[in-house]
Amino acid sequence: MGLVVENISKSFGKIKVFQHLSFEVDAGSVLCVEGKSGEGKTTLLRCLNKLEQVDEGSIFIDHEDILKLKDARKIGSKIGLVFQNYNLFPHLTVLENLTITPNYLKIMTKDDVNLKAKKLLKSLELEDKESIYPYQLSGGQKQRVAIARACMLNPAVLCFDEPTSALDEETSLKISSIIKNLANEGMIVIVVTHDLKFSKDIGDIILKLEDGKLNQTL
Amino acid sequence: MKIFEMLIPLTWEGLKVTMSVFAITLIVSLPLAIFVALLKGSRNKYINKFTSAYIYVMRGTPLLLQLMFIFFGFHYIPVIGYAFTRYQAIFIAFILNYTAYFAEIIRGGINTIDIGQYEATKVLGMSKSFAFIRIILPQVIKNTIPPLGNEIITLLKDTSLVYILGATDILKAAKSVSNTYSTFTPYIFVGFVYLGIIAIMTNILSNIERRFDYYR
Repeated sequence: MGLVVENISKSFGKIKVFQHLSFEVDAGSVLCVEGKSGEGKTTLLRCLNKLEQVDEGSIFIDHEDILKLKDARKIGSKIGLVFQNYNLFPHLTVLENLTITPNYLKIMTKDDVNLKAKKLLKSLELEDKESIYPYQLSGGQKQRVAIARACMLNPAVLCFDEPTSALDEETSLKISSIIKNLANEGMIVIVVTHDLKFSKDIGDIILKLEDGKLNQTL
Repeated sequence: MKIFEMLIPLTWEGLKVTMSVFAITLIVSLPLAIFVALLKGSRNKYINKFTSAYIYVMRGTPLLLQLMFIFFGFHYIPVIGYAFTRYQAIFIAFILNYTAYFAEIIRGGINTIDIGQYEATKVLGMSKSFAFIRIILPQVIKNTIPPLGNEIITLLKDTSLVYILGATDILKAAKSVSNTYSTFTPYIFVGFVYLGIIAIMTNILSNIERRFDYYR
């Protein structure tokens, strides 16, 4: 069980972002992808989440090629993404942000969805925030709500785009402990970051994306 | 006082016409405008061009001319020519015209939504229609209430154009009484009627706007 990325390439017109990238991550591991700004780290995450189409290659999650998956609902349960700017739904409360998708996908009963959401919020120390709106949250709290929202679908792989870029050190530590816990529960976590200290702290595997190629540093 | 004995019942009858044109246009045009706004954003170039042409014609010609064309001119069109009744022509012209204006406002509202919102719905596995109805549209409505409010107030005042097809709205009622008694008083009276309705409308719109103030 795990994530296998085989030979993926991505270009925008004539600009080649990366070429023939391959890597594997086992369940329960944290992969950190380091690299300077503009090297294509975010594009890599976007390709994994099918927000961008790869030019070639395959992405297998638990032996299933997600690039061939047509059902958007199934993709959500395979892989999730915590965006750099969180992208919470501003008109929904914290609890509604968590429950709207699983209720729509009908992956559980409404009661179970509510129960799971409240449990997740409690584990992320957000139990007193369930009725408020995203604009009333701090950056770190928004980050945790975004994590909880992605976790509602039990994805096998959860990706983080620069999770500490806008956070202070104390909040970054909190996020790193959450990421480690997710991996301990068997999730594959992929983090793209330019924060070398952070990636050293949480990464089981560290890859550096440079000139469109991945080099292993750990 | 005799003047009011004639003016009040006539204004009341005119008010029914004014309010029915206003209400029916609003009820039909707003949902249609969402549909047209979505078509305008379509990647299909034929749909896109057709919608753009429709909006261009509706915004580029006076509503008065559109009313006259649909009532007097439509049945001269070969093959599809059909004579509409007075009220059919009024409703069709108002709905077509206001759908175009509302659609442009709604399209502007859709364009203001951060692309990250669409991407979040995609990553979470929502269908496009569910994402639009539950995530995008509520945010679009909040963004478009002020410009839609302006247009709704203009619509109320535009209903006075129905006189051209012989329908009696409140302004035409005032004109009849004014002609009979050779006085300007009926116009002042209906001016206050318009102001009264617009005060109510403004109040309703402000309340709706406040309802969406719960988030930023």
